[in-house]
Amino acid sequence: MSPDIRKTFHLDGVEIPFREGQTVFDAAMAAGIYIPHLCHNPDFEPHSSCRLCTVIVNGRPFASCTQPAVAGQDVKSDTPELNDMRRSLTEMLLVEGNHYCPACEKSGNCRLQATAYALGVQYNHYPQFFPHRDVDASHPEIILDRDRCILCGLCVRISRRVDRKNVFAMTGRGITTTIVIDSPSGLLVDSRVSRDDEAVQHCPVGALMMKGEAFKVPIGERRYDTSPISEDSVAKFQAREVRLHG
Amino acid sequence: MVREEPHPAMDPVREILEMHERDLGELLQVLIEVQHALHCVPDEAVALISDHLRVTRGHIRGVIGFYSFLSDTYLGEYVVYISDNITDRMLGSDGLAIYLCNRLGVTLGKTRADGRASVHFTSCTGMCDQGPAALVNGLPLTRLTRVRMDEIAKLINARTPVDQWPAEYFRVEDNFRRSDVMFRRTPEPGAALKAAMRRGGDETLKDIQYEEAVDPSSGHAWRRGADETLKELYRSDLRGRGGAGFKAAIKWETCRDISAPERYVVCNADEGEPGTFKDRVLLTSYTDMVFEGMTLCGYVVGSSRGILYIRQEYWYLRPHLEAVLARRRDSALLGRNILGTGFAFDIDIHWGAGAYICGMESALIESLEGRRGKPRKRWPLPVVAGLNNRPTVVNNVETFAAAAMIALKGGAWFAGHGTTHSSGTKLFCVSGDCDRPGIYEYPFGVSVREVLRDCGGLEAQAVQISGPSGTTITRLEFDRILAFEDLSTVGTFMVFGPTRDMFDVVRNFTHFFRHESCGLCTPCRVGTSLLASLVDKVAAGKGSPMDVEQVQKISQIMKTTAHCGLGQTAPNHLLDSLVKFRGDWDKRMVTTEFVPAFDLDAALGEARALTGRDDALAHL
Ligand SMILES: Cc1cc2nc3c(=O)[nH]c(=O)nc-3n(C[C@H](O)[C@H](O)[C@H](O)COP(=O)(O)O)c2cc1C
Ligand code: SF4
Ligand code: SF4
Ligand code: FES
Repeated sequence: MSPDIRKTFHLDGVEIPFREGQTVFDAAMAAGIYIPHLCHNPDFEPHSSCRLCTVIVNGRPFASCTQPAVAGQDVKSDTPELNDMRRSLTEMLLVEGNHYCPACEKSGNCRLQATAYALGVQYNHYPQFFPHRDVDASHPEIILDRDRCILCGLCVRISRRVDRKNVFAMTGRGITTTIVIDSPSGLLVDSRVSRDDEAVQHCPVGALMMKGEAFKVPIGERRYDTSPISEDSVAKFQAREVRLHG
Repeated sequence: MVREEPHPAMDPVREILEMHERDLGELLQVLIEVQHALHCVPDEAVALISDHLRVTRGHIRGVIGFYSFLSDTYLGEYVVYISDNITDRMLGSDGLAIYLCNRLGVTLGKTRADGRASVHFTSCTGMCDQGPAALVNGLPLTRLTRVRMDEIAKLINARTPVDQWPAEYFRVEDNFRRSDVMFRRTPEPGAALKAAMRRGGDETLKDIQYEEAVDPSSGHAWRRGADETLKELYRSDLRGRGGAGFKAAIKWETCRDISAPERYVVCNADEGEPGTFKDRVLLTSYTDMVFEGMTLCGYVVGSSRGILYIRQEYWYLRPHLEAVLARRRDSALLGRNILGTGFAFDIDIHWGAGAYICGMESALIESLEGRRGKPRKRWPLPVVAGLNNRPTVVNNVETFAAAAMIALKGGAWFAGHGTTHSSGTKLFCVSGDCDRPGIYEYPFGVSVREVLRDCGGLEAQAVQISGPSGTTITRLEFDRILAFEDLSTVGTFMVFGPTRDMFDVVRNFTHFFRHESCGLCTPCRVGTSLLASLVDKVAAGKGSPMDVEQVQKISQIMKTTAHCGLGQTAPNHLLDSLVKFRGDWDKRMVTTEFVPAFDLDAALGEARALTGRDDALAHL
């Protein structure tokens, strides 16, 4: 095939061009179409765990963040059924941890909260789990509040691949999965973490945060207070595309 | 309460570390040996292992936390795991567990204050045809009774070492009740390999120049033998016996054709699906056939390294497996110069540590690499980039055994048995309410009724085909056939007699999946927990039709959005049960209205206790 013919697939009936090797998710976002997502940050490798980005490709469900785009395929994303499932998945994350949005410093900057709004989560259909999870406030600058962790694994992946420190890991299994810290005491203060680490910058929720920045930006003026997460994500993604690919 | 942890000397840990290379891939094996030696992996050991293998403590703690048989707290001198499959339960295992706990004076899951013992439940140990079963310090106990539990408690209280317990306690039977064309007589070790190599011409086994032979373009007879064998595999139409039924020949050819400096042959003996025990029997009595199939795969795909990944429940097979490998090395069926052809292939054994998910092939590979056994991203497939990112064939134990027979007898012979889309024969693991539980070999296409007739289980009200992740079938469906065309199966066949309450089955399976979900993805991690609480709620007599709706909705979400087969199939049995055994649900429903799981009155108990009130007004 000659290189000047751009390959495309169909997403909810719209023709989407893509580059060889691009995922369905990346191609959609580049074309300005938002697919809800939580565990993926386009600046890092995807690992398909939250499953919010699930789409139907030629009749079968796949996580779009790891699914390679293929010419001619038929992809469905913005359907009532899929959005309903995404809403349920978001509710599952909300009941699994302890999320008290009104009292949370991340409110307004939180991707979980913003995604819940975007999907129209009104109340939880599931009973709260009220898990007992430890807070690690040992570090002078960084706090890890496991109550709010959605196990997206971003801190683990970024600390391993980008910072090359392996400060964060997961332990437990199934519903008991939690973050562990690589240090003799298991506490952040004894670890190699530093406030400049990429790993502590990208937590989508209020689980990993900097100390001393509480309410610097007042509620009401924060990122997702001013624009919905769909627009914000697409804009950010497109800016990144321009930066990387011109 | 702070309990003093015994701080065992770390010498055994140092000795174990000396036996292992400084490689992350050794981590799980090291942890297993440390756990066996110390009955825990304490922080001091984590530090030593971290230094030796150059792995972070965080990673090591993550691995310990993932596998059921590893523990960072001391489990006691004697560690008993009671098998918690539904078939064990039907034989009274839960009562026996409580009985043993009472005899030992322990609370389930807690180590006795003197550090002597602890008792736990564990997922199915693969002894369903001879349960109730358990493991003590890693060794299988079968056919447990109250009398046996009394004796065991006495031995533990007297600190009698497990190797001095009566051998009878540990007797494991094959119970091979019916054999067909595949497992009638075991072929001579080496016969299948020789037959494969001879397919390239009679001269193959004489005077081979190996360098020439391995060069695929050389067209040498030895290489031709490998290609001809692959053709036989195609002719046989052999489909994987581990569940998915993928064609073995396609997998082998794909692996062969990807250029890579090394490729691997992995035999999947995780056998975690509750009610499955055929791989145990194959590895006990058809061991050579399995290893020969792996070697053959190495020959066909051009690999020199085979790995048997086996669940730790089968730890007692270790001396036997090592002995067979050693004998095969001695007879030039493994090693650097197989049958004098210069072909090099050897097999290592890697042990699992209690995780059903590690039977899923990419999770298995993660486990082999010394990590938490969580499935990888969907692409690339392991056959393209598996172990150490190299092309890797992962096949089930029974698939390799079948491949060996195909090499020996030819693809047409194999395809002559079974049905159009399911060639050959299949092993079935029959357990539950029947007269003759055990292993049955039938050609694919056998009906459920025929198996029930042979095992003495025709009274059954239901059969669970292919384990909790499979299909529940009722009396009306007993004429359905076992084959990929109809009831596709790993071979699990659990029989439920007419008086069983099928809701108990559902409850057992639901708890199994909650326990085994790897926790990676939202729908399965949270979904399995929600389902377990909903089922428990119904069991407690608080269920309502709204809860059933929730079960159905969560099930649908899991089937559509879960990352891997575990989460996608975990709700199958619930959906089946709701259609086929609704009566066993409905009789537990007290109302047609919603009843909250949260008990507001009970929640006020604390306030009542604090205020010292218990009068009517202090209650709702
Ligand atoms: C949750 C889960 C558990 C599995 N457990 C096993 C197992 O214990 N043994 C096995 O051979 N395959 C198991 N499989 C299937 C493997 O992923 C893989 O398909 C199989 O080993 C391939 O071998 P085969 O083609 O010979 O069947 C499991 C799959 C899933 C999703
Ligand atoms: S702490 Fe934050 S970044 Fe890390 S796994 Fe939890 S939610 Fe994700
Ligand atoms: S479906 Fe379950 S077992 Fe599979 S990846 Fe998701 S959490 Fe893990
Ligand atoms: S964004 Fe794709 S699975 Fe989380």
